[in-house]
Amino acid sequence: MSEARDIDGLVDHLFRHRSGAIVSSLTRVFGPADLALAEDAVQDALEKALRQWPFRGVPANPGGWLFTVARNAALDRLRRRGTRRDGESSVVELMEARLARLPEHAPEHAPEHAYDCEIVDDQLAMIFTCCHPGIPADARIALTLKTVGGFGIREIAAGFLAGESTIAQRLTRAKRRIREAKIPFARVDPELLPERLPSVHDVLYLMFNEGYTAHDGDHLVRRDICAEALRLAELIADHPVTGTPEAHALCALFCFQAARFPTRQDDAGALLLLADQDRAAWDGSMISRGAVRLELAAAADRLTPFHIEAGIASCHAVAPSFEATDWRAILAYYDRLTALRDSPVVALNRAVAVAMCDGPAAGLAALDALGDCPQLAAYYLLPATRGEFNRRLGDHAAARRFLTQAIKLAHSDPARRFLKQRLDGLQSHGS
Amino acid sequence: MAQFLMLLHSEPSGEGTYTPEEIQAVVQKYQAWSEKMGAAGKLAGGNKLANDAGKVLRGADSVSVVDGPFAETKEVIGGYFILEASDYAEAAELSKSCPHLAFGGTVELRQIDGM
Repeated sequence: MSEARDIDGLVDHLFRHRSGAIVSSLTRVFGPADLALAEDAVQDALEKALRQWPFRGVPANPGGWLFTVARNAALDRLRRRGTRRDGESSVVELMEARLARLPEHAPEHAPEHAYDCEIVDDQLAMIFTCCHPGIPADARIALTLKTVGGFGIREIAAGFLAGESTIAQRLTRAKRRIREAKIPFARVDPELLPERLPSVHDVLYLMFNEGYTAHDGDHLVRRDICAEALRLAELIADHPVTGTPEAHALCALFCFQAARFPTRQDDAGALLLLADQDRAAWDGSMISRGAVRLELAAAADRLTPFHIEAGIASCHAVAPSFEATDWRAILAYYDRLTALRDSPVVALNRAVAVAMCDGPAAGLAALDALGDCPQLAAYYLLPATRGEFNRRLGDHAAARRFLTQAIKLAHSDPARRFLKQRLDGLQSHGS
Repeated sequence: MAQFLMLLHSEPSGEGTYTPEEIQAVVQKYQAWSEKMGAAGKLAGGNKLANDAGKVLRGADSVSVVDGPFAETKEVIGGYFILEASDYAEAAELSKSCPHLAFGGTVELRQIDGM
């Protein structure tokens, strides 16, 4: 203890990332039906580290230490289980043999980079397994975060503004489905992947979106969830089998959006619009990363919605000020997106671009063209946008009406507060 | 300079499992503390205790062995550090900054008698 030790013994999120990597590798051995065994073994290893490292110091290869201890913990649990069920001893022996073949020590690497091909492959396979279409859609994100992501139920709940028991139930149901449907551990196989990739991309997109749009809850956890979506998207984009221009586009989109994280709320937690954000505080290196990914995404034979969304995000990212934003380019992107994916939310966002190019009356006309959308009936941004266009037109009565509607529909405190502020500002104007 | 035994006890954690991120935060706090102590020349050693409550032995003729000193079996963190300090007051002051206390554990501080 008294000998000199390296000060940076633990890289950020080492436990979280290693937990994900080891759960993935152990799941390859035990199969997804026994996901709990893999998770328990990893938890055993982490708790052992918690008891030992404060006194003995962080080992020279902390990741390798965790891997070895988890592997041994899995063997212990397996053997204990084996003695209770007689007819299955041969299964236990088979598992023990497979486990014994896992490397004794994982090589020492910085967690940010891919280590062995095998470890990356296991994580990729775990993502693909979690995104199996047989698993309930609302559970895929939570399952991915819990297994590959190394997030705890508490953290997932905080990031998604859901109750812990809700998340726990989703995970339980997902694991039951995996057992019932005998969902296998995915193979990172060029033949298998094309049908699974869209689901994986969608899950990561939704994961990022959840962490990004929530304004309540633990700020750091939400940023971590976005960081995790990006990390997994990059794993996919950088792998020879799963790397496609579309995957790069997804990474680009995440990078550009994540760059604004530092400025989206002020110190008091109030929402800050694009126009009011301090662009100097945007993460420049994240924007550069996005630009690199966008470049790689351009090597595509077809334009995907992710490409277009990344393009729109890049317009904001490169604009030196809100006033200098190239809204014509953004509108052109939205037109192309509409052609590919005509959804009410896309149309709503396009209407904002229309208003920025051609004025609030044109924006209102674009919203009117939407008609009565049941999908947007509970979406607070629709009346909020109408209210804003009316405000710019000078029709304060209409603006107040729509803002009031928006406030009722808003589901986060910062959003509500922001809209109330706007409403108060209008009321003091009279008219 | 004298040596002091810091015996760290903690209650078993009843609130369920820590997440990987939470475990890392705890480990990092202990690591930072012991490194600071070590760099200042105040730490002479330390180790963890084995995972059980231990036993208490009593009696001269017939020795009884009972569970103790704590009846609870699963301490989350149990171990000791050996501090180097000029006197008990300084050792106590150093102990106060140990993250163990912030996590709800107790620290028993005893001076090791010099020879």
